Amino acid sequence: MSDKKVVPGKNAGKTKKKFRWKEYLPYYLLALPGVIYMLCNNYLPMFGIVIAFKNLNFRKGIFGSDWCGFDNFKFLFASKDALTITRNTLLYNIAFIILTTVFAIGIAILINEIRSKVASRLYQSLILLPYLMSWVIASYLAYALLSAETGLINNGILANLGMDPVSWYNTPKYWPFILTFVHLWKGVGYAMIIYYSSIVGISQDYYEAATLDGASKWQQIKRITIPLLKPTIITMFVLQIGRIFYSDFGLFYQIPMNSGSLYSVTRTIDVYVYNALMKSSDFGMSSAASVYQSIVGFVMILGANAFIRRVSKENALF
Amino acid sequence: MNEKRKINESTVWQIAAHAVMIIGSLLALLPFVLLVIASFTDNQTALINGYSFAPAKWSLEAYKYIASEWGTIGRAYMMTIVVTVVGTVLSLVITSTFAFAVSNDKLPGHKILMFLSIFTMLFNGGIVASYYVYSNIFHIKNTIWALIVPSFLMSPFNVVLVKNYFTNSISPSILEAAKIDGAGVFSVFTKIVLPLSVPILATIGLMTGIGYWNDWTNGLYFLTENGGSQYFTIQIVLNKINENINFLANNSELAAKATQQLPSTTMRMAVAVIGILPVMCAYPFFQKYFVKGITLGGVKE
Repeated sequence: MSDKKVVPGKNAGKTKKKFRWKEYLPYYLLALPGVIYMLCNNYLPMFGIVIAFKNLNFRKGIFGSDWCGFDNFKFLFASKDALTITRNTLLYNIAFIILTTVFAIGIAILINEIRSKVASRLYQSLILLPYLMSWVIASYLAYALLSAETGLINNGILANLGMDPVSWYNTPKYWPFILTFVHLWKGVGYAMIIYYSSIVGISQDYYEAATLDGASKWQQIKRITIPLLKPTIITMFVLQIGRIFYSDFGLFYQIPMNSGSLYSVTRTIDVYVYNALMKSSDFGMSSAASVYQSIVGFVMILGANAFIRRVSKENALF
Repeated sequence: MNEKRKINESTVWQIAAHAVMIIGSLLALLPFVLLVIASFTDNQTALINGYSFAPAKWSLEAYKYIASEWGTIGRAYMMTIVVTVVGTVLSLVITSTFAFAVSNDKLPGHKILMFLSIFTMLFNGGIVASYYVYSNIFHIKNTIWALIVPSFLMSPFNVVLVKNYFTNSISPSILEAAKIDGAGVFSVFTKIVLPLSVPILATIGLMTGIGYWNDWTNGLYFLTENGGSQYFTIQIVLNKINENINFLANNSELAAKATQQLPSTTMRMAVAVIGILPVMCAYPFFQKYFVKGITLGGVKE
């Protein structure tokens, strides 16, 4: 009797466990393709970081190749390139973050003011249109404007003003402005949609009350709209600061058409890695630069998040 | 008096808003107009006067040339469609199955799985390591998988979106009822969860599809002109024309075709027009979902 009493208890525990395992197995099977993909696409390359510390020899493979310590990094930081690509990546990103935020919020507020539904939808669609296109297409549009021989700016505008044509793809001094303009042209629609959807979500009661109190439109924007957009602005900021060490490869590679004479102002870390890897097959330098980007980028994300946790905890990403 | 001031103020705002938005819209649109007009310009005229909104002489020669070279462009078109469709479907399958598993908060380890996914947003091995893994371990170079698999198949962002949709919009009681009726996990997923999730799947499917349609970087890294040109998509062909304006002539089946016939100045614009045409035509119809996809992506959870 007493045995019987113990055994069912044990069995119940066991069957319960077994039953559960059977219940969960299908879920693990469903998760499996995703897990395999992450292992191949994301986690295996993380071990590939060792390439940066190796003198890579394809015949020997990654693990057979000889270690070279920090030599690749020494070469990279001894060259002038390291400073140029870091400076370009950071400065462009800072300019992009500030200008995109300002323009996107400005446009979102104006679209929200427009009473005609048809017009407002039309403006949104058109301003968003460039975001839909690939960077290759964007480079064709830029070429139609900037080509030294056949571009619209040299032939249609400068010539009519009696000015000398400019060899755009060989003159670095204009490119900080061109790249910033192109970035805004392509990206402002996306940010505008996000801010616009936040503005639409603001309760009309605030504005009605403000109007009754005689507040002007400008005062309403300054005292109601912008303060209520703060959480969205902060989230967008953190996301962008976290990616400040990454540049938009398409913008910096396609728009200047990888023109060598512009490298001083157009080469960012991503462009450098691509050229070192694919054009010069220099695994040492390219892997050093790409690991430098991953690690500093990781620190930036953690830093941005830690900062925001201090300032306003509810806006932190994790 | 006060009333009048208010009306004036609001009229001024309307006019100012419309004016700014018209300028902004034109800035966004005019380069595309220039592209289309340039593609219909006579090649000689374009060489002498440059691209212009009002060319002195119009011509269809660029499109005639493309029609005669339809072998390369047509195949690239087919590849773009195949890659976009296969990639989007695979991506939806992998994302939704994974998201369904992690959305079950009774599942032991669901937090670890979610962390594995989120962590890929924070840290990565870098381009060089990815390139090495894909080309030397998986030997993906010059295969069609090179265009489909790297980077695009499962985005952690989409996993979060779909998982949140599963937990917030599908009531657990429906799933419980199905289970009591004896439905297995797989049939619950395919017969109940997926049909109820069409809105979110359509939205992320659209964003993924646009990503595949516009992608040129995978081809840049993993397809070479010697061994992989049969897999070139329209974006990769456009990129190759950027690098080498004679790309189409060099890859012509009519190899004898002389290069001087190539209306290169306007032809490149015509290829670009053909590349954006389907997206432009479909844009009004999917714009609503596109905007929704952006707002979903912009709001973190």
